Amino acid sequence: MADALVKAEFLGEEEKGTTKPFVLWRPTAKTGLMGWLTTVDHKRIGFLYGISALFFFLVGGIEALLIRLQLAVPNNSILSAQQYNEMFTMHATTMIFLAVMPLSAAFFNFIMPLQIGARDVAFPRLNAFSYWVFLAGAIVLNIGWLTSDGVPNGGWFGYTPLTTKAFSPGHDIDMWVMGLQLLGVASIAASLNFITTIINLRAPGMTMMRMPVFTWMTLVTAFLLILAFPAITIALVELMFDRLFGTNFFEASNGGMPVLWTHLFWVFGHPEVYILILPGMGIISEILPTFSRKPLFGYPIVVFSGASIGFLGFGVWAHHMFTTGMGTMGNTAFALATMTIAVPTGVKIFNWIGTLWNGHISMRTPMMFALGFIWTFMFGGFSGIMHAAAPADYQQHNSYFVVAHFHYVLIGGSVFALLAGIHYWFPLMFGRRVSEFWGKLSFWVIFIGFNVTFFPMHFLGLNGMPRRTFTYDSNMGWNSGNMVATIGAFTLGVGIAIYFGVMIYTFFRGERVTSDAWDGRTLEWSLPHPPPEYNFRVTPIVHARDDWWYEKHHRSEVAKERSEHAKAEASHGIHMPFQSIYPFIAGVGVLIGGIGISLVDVNTDPHVLIGKKLATCLVGFFIFLTAVYLWALEGNEGYHLHPEQDSHSGGGSEPKHH
Amino acid sequence: MSSNAAAGTIDHHFDPTTSTGVPNKKLLMWLFLASDCMFFGCLISTHLIYRLHPPPGTPAAKDVFSIELTSFSTFILLMSSLMMALAVNAIQKSNLKSLRASLLMTIFFGCIFLGCQVYEFNNFVLEKHLTITNSILGTTFFTLTGTHGTHVAVGVLWLLLMYVRSFQPREMDKHPWWFIRNVFHVVVAIGTILLGMNVVIECTRSLQAHGFASGLAAFGQAYFLRLVALAVGAGVLMRLARPGYAVAFDEKNAIDVEMMGLYWHFVDIVWIVIFTAVYLLEYI
Repeated sequence: MADALVKAEFLGEEEKGTTKPFVLWRPTAKTGLMGWLTTVDHKRIGFLYGISALFFFLVGGIEALLIRLQLAVPNNSILSAQQYNEMFTMHATTMIFLAVMPLSAAFFNFIMPLQIGARDVAFPRLNAFSYWVFLAGAIVLNIGWLTSDGVPNGGWFGYTPLTTKAFSPGHDIDMWVMGLQLLGVASIAASLNFITTIINLRAPGMTMMRMPVFTWMTLVTAFLLILAFPAITIALVELMFDRLFGTNFFEASNGGMPVLWTHLFWVFGHPEVYILILPGMGIISEILPTFSRKPLFGYPIVVFSGASIGFLGFGVWAHHMFTTGMGTMGNTAFALATMTIAVPTGVKIFNWIGTLWNGHISMRTPMMFALGFIWTFMFGGFSGIMHAAAPADYQQHNSYFVVAHFHYVLIGGSVFALLAGIHYWFPLMFGRRVSEFWGKLSFWVIFIGFNVTFFPMHFLGLNGMPRRTFTYDSNMGWNSGNMVATIGAFTLGVGIAIYFGVMIYTFFRGERVTSDAWDGRTLEWSLPHPPPEYNFRVTPIVHARDDWWYEKHHRSEVAKERSEHAKAEASHGIHMPFQSIYPFIAGVGVLIGGIGISLVDVNTDPHVLIGKKLATCLVGFFIFLTAVYLWALEGNEGYHLHPEQDSHSGGGSEPKHH
Repeated sequence: MSSNAAAGTIDHHFDPTTSTGVPNKKLLMWLFLASDCMFFGCLISTHLIYRLHPPPGTPAAKDVFSIELTSFSTFILLMSSLMMALAVNAIQKSNLKSLRASLLMTIFFGCIFLGCQVYEFNNFVLEKHLTITNSILGTTFFTLTGTHGTHVAVGVLWLLLMYVRSFQPREMDKHPWWFIRNVFHVVVAIGTILLGMNVVIECTRSLQAHGFASGLAAFGQAYFLRLVALAVGAGVLMRLARPGYAVAFDEKNAIDVEMMGLYWHFVDIVWIVIFTAVYLLEYI
């Protein structure tokens, strides 16, 4: 990212006079490897999240294609049953935790502070730490590809007793447990940061009900994350204890109840699906007004609908468990609660249609994806309501109908919205715009490929094809449906390849845009493309919802007010946080500890005092602790930046200690 | 903020640099505690579900627990909250001496609680034969109270680091060795505390086994070196507690102490819930 608007040598002076011990020197590199490892800039961290997410999106996509290849014809043997189990486990886990969630986190990081007029998140180093722990979790989850243990194969839901030591003795499940645990830590740390940022770092005048809807959905998602993730954290701790220390949480012979796992998992798992979709809904609520050239229809209702989806999301987990024998009362209660969620979701759909209604619609690529989102997400919603009816769900449970449903909401919903978001904010992030022809071509190929893949799965499911089955007989009547789905999957793959091929080309060669690429409405579009390191030269004063739109229509008043404000701000400069290496080192410690817990064998030789496993964990723990200690000791110091102004010659700065 | 601190006019209930007036650190801690509620909620639910559905052969909780010991350690933990509140109050008035005394008392009480828990776990495993693997009661009990104990231990470590932090010199240029001193201080403090807890627990054991006079003699003989090391550690700590220079820790750090205090009080409140649900209900 070329945000080298300010080339200040701000740090050299500061260090000379002091006798800071070597370990507390603050890194100053803005470029190269050190620049990335020590960055605390929310935009760069967002970029790191984005790149990692896209890499894992590719990995998860290849896994999906292998699954479809195996199922293309009956009695196929491209994958063994074992390999098939590994593929569907890793496909789901990767797509959910390593692709869609971090891609959302990339937008939270990059866009949210810009939308509220902030210069960074509330805790920049914690933000960097979140990313490095995320990466550590991703590595632990995937390290099985390189070792003899193989990758996890217990499904993304990891149901006990299948995942207990008795039935899965290998280290693969340990990796899954530890990987997810670390991803949870990363998500919670990041979310605490985002909530604090949104609540506390809004620019003057940016009241809660003036915030862009994407920021609102970031807030709701972050709350879901901090309240839902603990459930799976505890479930994973219990499973880990069962596996490592022989406890009895899920050990039926000693009084444990495996269904406890199912409950804890879905207490997390259902809010998780809203964690996946709400950021997408936020993105759509930004794109539709921009390309309809109208304010979002019914803004407060859209916001409250999002919040109530998040709230209700905690009360519906057992609709994943209608067939576990909860009894009529339980099933009825959860069926009703589930149907209730359709109401705020439907309200949102109508508001989006209301936004389009009578708008001056311009059919650019982000808008195509956004409209595709509404269509396919609605379709997935309809089949979702069918699942909510418990008696019908008994038929659909564990069939391809369910697979069709959640791919309609997760690809047709989340992924379409994220792809729309990439197109929408790409000019802001990199100063270049994707060509309309190639963008639209990729949309149509993806849209057609997606529907051809997943639409037949509804029929396959209703005809009885079960999920997670590695092959089937030719006389079941599933042959043509599976063949069509596989053809669709490869079409979808081609579409995604076009999409990212064009993205990479655009990154290097695309049409340049320097400001306000889409005639946008919210604050981020007031910034140069790409935004400078400090985001806003002058902290904006917000007058209205869609403040940038307001400003474009009240130029003279705003300019006058801003110049006065700028004078006041120029005297003390822009406060920037110092970079730090310790979030990264803490992440390394976490990674070593995670590998120690999941991968290293327990010592069985009684003559060795500390086995390899314990030693690895202790080394990781010590590195982590040391890094956190030094992190605290180096403090949250920063420096002051004076961006080059008309009358000033240089971008000098002065150090400042808090 | 720093200029305000010099003038001694910090409003500890309103931070003008944030949109809401709530300091960022305080908000972060409240949010973390909300998340932590869910952690403990899941653990306590797990424990209670299995308590209500005990498999045959589960030992009776009443035969295992020692309500006197746990009531004592509960009382100590609650009193530590008082000390923590005093520490926050002291630093808001820039009273360093009182802050350090209160922090040390909080650490001391926290350690008594932890020592009691170590003793209790030892007792349950070795004498009552309740282990984490041999029954579902042991599994959920040790996991739940152990997680809480870990929270207390993290709190004690945090308190300790804050205590040492309060000796950071204001003019670092004149004290080039402050960083080494800081690390040394932390290491000595942790070592002394662990040694002290070990010595006290062993002493109790010895007294229980051999009676007062001979138990004390036996303990003195066996642990003489450790007692000397303990005395040396305490001496070094007392020397380190007299820095003889101006320190960079005052009212402006109140938010750091307060944030830590929120955590500490929360961990105490969680213990009230655990004590009630796990222990007290058994005695109704």
